[in-house]
Amino acid sequence: MSQQTLDCRNLLCPMPVIRTQNALKELSEGELLEVTCTDPGTLSDIPTWCRINEHEVISTKEIGHEIIFVIKK
Amino acid sequence: MTQNISSQDTSNPPKQRKAVALISGGLDSLLAAKVVQEQGVHVEGINFYTGFCVEGHTHAIRKKDKDKQKRNNSLWVAEQLGIKLHIIDISEEYKDIVLNPKHGYGANLNPCLDCKIFMVNQAQAWAWAEENDFDFIITGEVIGQRPKSQRKETMPIIARESGADDRLLRPLCAKNLIPTLPEREGWVNREELYGFSGRSRKPQFELAKKFGFEDFAQPAGGCCFLTDANYSKKLADLWDARGERRYELDDIMLLKVGRHIRPKKNFKLIVSREEGENNFLRGYKKQFTSIHTVSHGGPLTLLDGEFDKEDIKLAAQIAARYSGGKNAEQVTVQVENYKGTSYVMDIPPMPADDVKQEWHV
Repeated sequence: MSQQTLDCRNLLCPMPVIRTQNALKELSEGELLEVTCTDPGTLSDIPTWCRINEHEVISTKEIGHEIIFVIKK
Repeated sequence: MTQNISSQDTSNPPKQRKAVALISGGLDSLLAAKVVQEQGVHVEGINFYTGFCVEGHTHAIRKKDKDKQKRNNSLWVAEQLGIKLHIIDISEEYKDIVLNPKHGYGANLNPCLDCKIFMVNQAQAWAWAEENDFDFIITGEVIGQRPKSQRKETMPIIARESGADDRLLRPLCAKNLIPTLPEREGWVNREELYGFSGRSRKPQFELAKKFGFEDFAQPAGGCCFLTDANYSKKLADLWDARGERRYELDDIMLLKVGRHIRPKKNFKLIVSREEGENNFLRGYKKQFTSIHTVSHGGPLTLLDGEFDKEDIKLAAQIAARYSGGKNAEQVTVQVENYKGTSYVMDIPPMPADDVKQEWHV
């Protein structure tokens, strides 16, 4: 399965959410998007945005200051 | 795009109408959307990012807030309502609203009326687009709620100048206004809308209780930094120092962070106040000259403006004042320019009394 990546490091909420939303628009149903963030607010905002817009967060990893989400459209 | 505004054929089930609600994250827009949703209308939310939104930023930056729940209130509202939320970045186009508001500013640099017109205009451009095809727009406006934008006489101005006209419904105060298209066409029942007015929040609290909403956000100055006197003062200072009214997104982000100290017109210091701000400012080291103390623990400082070696020395003395070495005879600081070239110098920290009150922006 193809996986796109999106760099949202050093961006503050809601920008990572907006970038994620816009990147997902370009994907087809079932495709994956890996999003790397540094704002701890994304730990709440990205899963919430995915829940209300019916996308699935496949995984969330925290490595140092970075948070990496894999989202399925 | 087809916009069937005539009466429905009674032989067919009525088409479910679609409304887009402007969602700020506050109580009024939550209630307005809920009232219309309760009438069987399909509602989705739209939220605009201007760059001045209080949501998120300061909570994300400051470490002292780490234990507080960092939720985005517009997302929380959408989840409460069970609706989709579309967040639109309008920060670039919004500059013209902040710099040249046709209807002027409120108490601070808040162009509330122009802002509302612009947002409703953007919402209708989105809503009428063929791929979205919504029927009307909802806002949480209440007559008399806000002194600049939410007054009886501003309501028709917003409807007209935004281009939304009578497809703009304010469910919380609709009964005080002329019936709009959704009411006239029976897409919503006017009798089940509200006639709130004035600054009191009591009717909203009662309605929230009726719907079972608890724990909703109640930001004191609304959801925009431009309504904040201190923030507006910093923005005005930036324009004054530059000799022109302009800003970049990074400028307005940095106005939310740290102490801003302007010892001379040509430059200012942005001194972090704690670890969270330190981490945030570190992300700007490739755009600004920075100072940090190496002999003692201390904050990261960015220099914004144009400065010479003497200015840097002055800035270093001020920065040292906020370090662990503030009472030491000498403090060693490292000065690094945006290209990463650095040097160290020993300087005496500035005595507290020499940091003039008027330097603090």
